[in-house]
Amino acid sequence: MIFLRLFFTFLKIGVFSFGGGLATIALIQHDVVEEKGWLTTQEFTDIVATSQITPGPVGINTATYTGYTAVVNAGYPEWAGILGALTASFATILLPVILMLVVCNLLVKYRQNPVMAATLSVLRMAVVGLIAAAALLMVSAETFGSYSTDSLQFFVSIAIFAVVFIASFKFKTSPILLILLSGVAGLLVYGIFS
Amino acid sequence: MVRLHQLFWSFFKIGTFTIGGGYAMIPLMEKELVDRRKWLEREEFLDLMAVSQALPGIFAVHMATSIGYRLRGVRGTLAAIAGNILMPIAIILCLAIGFRQLRDNALFEAVFKGIRPAVVALIAAPVFNMARTARISLRNCWIPILACLLIYLLGVSPVWIVLAAILGGSLYGYLTNRKEAAS
Repeated sequence: MIFLRLFFTFLKIGVFSFGGGLATIALIQHDVVEEKGWLTTQEFTDIVATSQITPGPVGINTATYTGYTAVVNAGYPEWAGILGALTASFATILLPVILMLVVCNLLVKYRQNPVMAATLSVLRMAVVGLIAAAALLMVSAETFGSYSTDSLQFFVSIAIFAVVFIASFKFKTSPILLILLSGVAGLLVYGIFS
Repeated sequence: MVRLHQLFWSFFKIGTFTIGGGYAMIPLMEKELVDRRKWLEREEFLDLMAVSQALPGIFAVHMATSIGYRLRGVRGTLAAIAGNILMPIAIILCLAIGFRQLRDNALFEAVFKGIRPAVVALIAAPVFNMARTARISLRNCWIPILACLLIYLLGVSPVWIVLAAILGGSLYGYLTNRKEAAS
């Protein structure tokens, strides 16, 4: 039963999402793409792009869109996909919300506690590695094109990657603008000139 | 007393008009909740932010949960969360359905061919800024590197990495704390 599996998968993703939307993306990618194969890397990359240029929390957007695609990919009709989307986003927030209600007061009190502080700092370091792995796993022929079959796409992809990386890292250019510009570049290179 | 529909409406605005995820909502939240509505003190807002960042889950939803709860209990929480994520979910669903139909369109595919490498760069670039915030140095850089390699090369689930970091971190904190207390 796909809805039940979707529910429990995203329940788990919600509980282990420490460190913001990118961490949630890393967890979704591992479970849904690498482990279960419900989506291809390419589909997932498109979902992440869309989630970043539409309003709302990126984690919720990604969970919603992933839930829809996973169900429709499994051969179910569109309305089932919508149900899948709602299942995934509901499951993602369910346990963290309960946790927040329970420990809100406790954590304010114990944040200065040395054991708690050390735990949080090590956790933050590990999350950096987690997100780096997600980025590495997204580098594939599906997202960059393959050098042997389509070297034009491969080199254009490298160029876009480099420009966006520098613009984002050095100049803090808005991700929305960068995604839109990359889309225009893609349209020009692959759609109009070829 | 704060009314539920006011809570819903405030978080509806915050959720609908910020693109770029939870952290992009902070300035708007502060303006709406602290400056305009005066529902909570700035100090308290910062505390809730710290708690929301420390807990697993979606940052914006945590903010809605805690602020809604503080103002109107569990019903306030539900109103704030609903306001915060209703519109984003509706928009994503419309796009998901529309994009599915456009999938085989050549121009549509061309646009996404350009976007895909950009998405990878947008996930990779913040890693280096996050490394600074997380105070990663030569002494402890093995932690993120090991975490990354275990996931990338061996396919270890990030869940184990998170659990190991919590266990290791609390053990480290406990031991150093005891040593300091003893000396």
